[in-house]
Amino acid sequence: MATLAAEKPAAAAHTPEAVVVRFAGDSGDGMQLTGGQFTLSTALAGNDLATFPDFPAEIRAPQGTLFGVSAFQINFGSTEIETAGDAPDVLVAMNPAALKVNLAALKPGGLIIADTGEFNKRNLEKAKYDVSPLDDGSLARWDVLAFDISALTVEAVKDFGLGNKDALRCKNMWTLGLALWMFDRDRQPLIDWLNGKFKSKPDLAAANIAALNAGHAYGETAELSGPLKQLHIPPVASAPGLYRTITGAEAVSLGLVAGAQLAGLPMFFGGYPITPASAILHHLARLKEFGVTTFQAEDEIAAICAAIGASYAGQLGVTSSSGPGIALKGEAMGLAIMTELPLVIVNSQRGGPSTGLPTKTEQSDLYQAVYGRNGDAPMPVIAARSPGDVFDCAIEACRIAVQYMTPVMLLTDGYIANAAEPWKVPDPKAYEPFPVTFLEEKNSGDTLLAYKRDAKGARPWIKPGTPGLMHRIGGIEKHVETGNIDYSPANHQAMTDARKDKIDGIAKTIPAQDVVLGDATGTLAVVGWGSTFGPIHQAVRRARKQGLSVSHVHVRNVWPLPANLGELLSGFDHVLVPEMNTGQFKTVLRDQLLIDARSLTKTSGQPFSIAELETAIATYFDATADNESGEVSPTPAQLPEEGSGYDDGSLKTGVKP
Amino acid sequence: MNDMTPIATTLKDWETDQEVRWCPGCGDYAILKAVQRTLPAIGADPKNTVFVSGIGCSSRFPYYIESYGFHTIHGRAPAFATGIKLANPDLDVWLVTGDGDGLSIGGNHLMHVLRRNLDVQILLFNNEIYGLTKGQASPTSRIGTPSPSTPLGSVDRPANPCAFALGAGARFVGRGFDVSKFLPEVLTAAHAHKGAAFVEIFQNCIVYNKDVFNDFAAPKGAEDRQLWLKDGEPMLFANGTKGIALDLETLSLKVVDVAEGDWQGAGVLVHNAKNRAIAHMLVEMPFGEFPMALGVLYDDPRPTFEAAVIAEKAKASEGKTADLAKLLAKGQTWTVDDKGGHPA
Repeated sequence: MATLAAEKPAAAAHTPEAVVVRFAGDSGDGMQLTGGQFTLSTALAGNDLATFPDFPAEIRAPQGTLFGVSAFQINFGSTEIETAGDAPDVLVAMNPAALKVNLAALKPGGLIIADTGEFNKRNLEKAKYDVSPLDDGSLARWDVLAFDISALTVEAVKDFGLGNKDALRCKNMWTLGLALWMFDRDRQPLIDWLNGKFKSKPDLAAANIAALNAGHAYGETAELSGPLKQLHIPPVASAPGLYRTITGAEAVSLGLVAGAQLAGLPMFFGGYPITPASAILHHLARLKEFGVTTFQAEDEIAAICAAIGASYAGQLGVTSSSGPGIALKGEAMGLAIMTELPLVIVNSQRGGPSTGLPTKTEQSDLYQAVYGRNGDAPMPVIAARSPGDVFDCAIEACRIAVQYMTPVMLLTDGYIANAAEPWKVPDPKAYEPFPVTFLEEKNSGDTLLAYKRDAKGARPWIKPGTPGLMHRIGGIEKHVETGNIDYSPANHQAMTDARKDKIDGIAKTIPAQDVVLGDATGTLAVVGWGSTFGPIHQAVRRARKQGLSVSHVHVRNVWPLPANLGELLSGFDHVLVPEMNTGQFKTVLRDQLLIDARSLTKTSGQPFSIAELETAIATYFDATADNESGEVSPTPAQLPEEGSGYDDGSLKTGVKP
Repeated sequence: MNDMTPIATTLKDWETDQEVRWCPGCGDYAILKAVQRTLPAIGADPKNTVFVSGIGCSSRFPYYIESYGFHTIHGRAPAFATGIKLANPDLDVWLVTGDGDGLSIGGNHLMHVLRRNLDVQILLFNNEIYGLTKGQASPTSRIGTPSPSTPLGSVDRPANPCAFALGAGARFVGRGFDVSKFLPEVLTAAHAHKGAAFVEIFQNCIVYNKDVFNDFAAPKGAEDRQLWLKDGEPMLFANGTKGIALDLETLSLKVVDVAEGDWQGAGVLVHNAKNRAIAHMLVEMPFGEFPMALGVLYDDPRPTFEAAVIAEKAKASEGKTADLAKLLAKGQTWTVDDKGGHPA
């Protein structure tokens, strides 16, 4: 990947395939909004892209502090983009703290755009700088474009009668204007968006547009001298069709709506506010015309219990949360397993344990999903790999839930929930419907057998309100056919087996495991699940370009595993499982397949970089490396530098620990 | 309650083939019979009736009623009932809970189902003890209750279920006890109330808290210790020789003597089930100094939760079609042509 800095000596000599830009500022600076709008403009320009929003847990952290820094990274280009990019080529730093937190990530020779208006004594102190880094030569490794964005913004909007505070709020649009110029983008869609957003406040719309135009104009002027260059990234060659950008939270909501339609059922969604899962509740609350009932419950437990109640009454019950909330729902999941009612549970995973890292990503709820309930309580688990993929995964979760009369866990994570990617809009007609039939009459002569199973092992779904089928169900062990209370030893054995066999049998209806990149046999299989798809895919691609015998295997059905997975992996000498946890899927693979799977783990709240994975892959082809020692541990380089930002528990100035 | 065509059934129609497994002599048997008597009387339809329960002795109830039944998890029955009613508002849902299930582990859900005003009948069997777990003190146990978990007597102050319900915003509060011949009347009124109807039923746990309600529930002297409230009728007890009046100085209730039937002269209150302020006083009347207030203490309906949800959904859907293809293609989109090109 070429850098912008590399462009400097010979500006238009060649165009890079992809560029990584990171916008960083105070959490009140509107960086997520700036990034979101830049993403849209990138998509409209026809580039492929991936984004990584990275923001603090505090809504408005104290201004100017290191832990209040909010960043949005976008990787876009004229080739396929699957990750948000490792190191940014361009860092837009709206204050000293934003510079300090993000500088270490910037590519050598990359470009820093800094607002000198914010590099005052107070802000430098808050960012723990003794001297302004803009003045002390410490940024010599990078190109620096430092100027007073604050003053330029205030100047640009002075005709609109805004107070100084409101005027400075337009800074993000000024910056966005400059970024649009840098990448030769059309301003019109953004102007339309601003006019729509500030419909009732035309002055604010005009001020923001003026700031946007001023930033854009500044680019043209500044190009004459200094490091700023305009770049045009050509569109990526994509399959023909209609596209839009989509986040994981949007995609899961749409997928659930589609799944309910394919099942022919109204959907009931029970939720409780939690980061990063709340967005699903917000989206679905606006889709009532699709037969969706949303219920914001008094707690996580009530949210799932109400969803189970709705399923019992004949709707498709859905609930969603993140790790801590999923933990609270555990007992109710057991009831759904015991009463064999369909239910979809979405877990947008975040860093744990306990409250952990609410706004950061992790894959550490896999054990919880697969094993985390009392008793032998098997439940299918599906994991989505990207924002667009969640749509299909949600449909699959609905299908399994209603066809097998079981709760299904759908795993996404904070990265997928918030990240955006271009999405080829699917045709709903391309999906095979799976209509539900409710039992309408007694199924064994004059008797109702509420637990009589079909060939798949599923019991009938019986709605209250159906004449003649009155019966009682509950969480106590039930007779293998009638469903009446039955504690007898042989019956509990039979029911435990039946519940397990039913879930194991799902492996028969899920697609056989394939290899997404590379040969079906070879030296190394890199096996991933969930949102590590992007970096693994790119790392394997690069390794294969170097001639290494590496394949990428991505598992969507985490439980039960695809029936042929063991056979497939036996065709490789080594199996490496990169995960954003301490090796949970590796343990599942070892247990289920008796293979010598090894881990590459990372729990920093950040996704894997491609480079980290490339390094890990390389060790398998390095004759001098000791591959027998066990786990591949994260290299020290992955750890954040001390004082590099985030909420690192720093004490108040002057307070001694 | 729902607007349903009355269905002709008998008590027998509401009995299941399951052997009832409460302890012999348990007050639950009497409550079961009272409910099975009430259901035919109100014209309930077995296919549209759902009994939802939590965990505990009381929560075994659904297994013994020939209707739809869902025995759920500890304390959460109100949440399941909410999902059931929102999914199918035509169902007639009865919620059966106990003092531990409803006020301890499930206190949060009970509060919210009452404040939302879901149209269900909530029967809280209060025996002031945990029965199924073998006799620990419960949140309604009186101070000093000895139990395996409180060998020196419980020290925590008990909750008052009816005061809790009113405080949570209940629009119907009734009270009865297991063997009372008036219990079906209270249940009938609860069923007739559209919205969350809360009924506290004192229930005699003959194993772990035997006869703890005898001071007012025992037949002998009952007339002196029970105040049966009837809307529009004076609050009289002790065969009409005593009544409840309002002390205007202290804004509290007091017991007054009624001479020769002149209750008006004695200032006895006429029960108005819509009077929320008096209802608060009735549920808080200290027993001993006062009789136990029983019957329909409060009944003043408000629009139900499910009606509001349905109305909101209808309004939000007005003039909109559920076109999934259109929904998927919403927002800012762009088209890639078959040459892989992008229009400007």
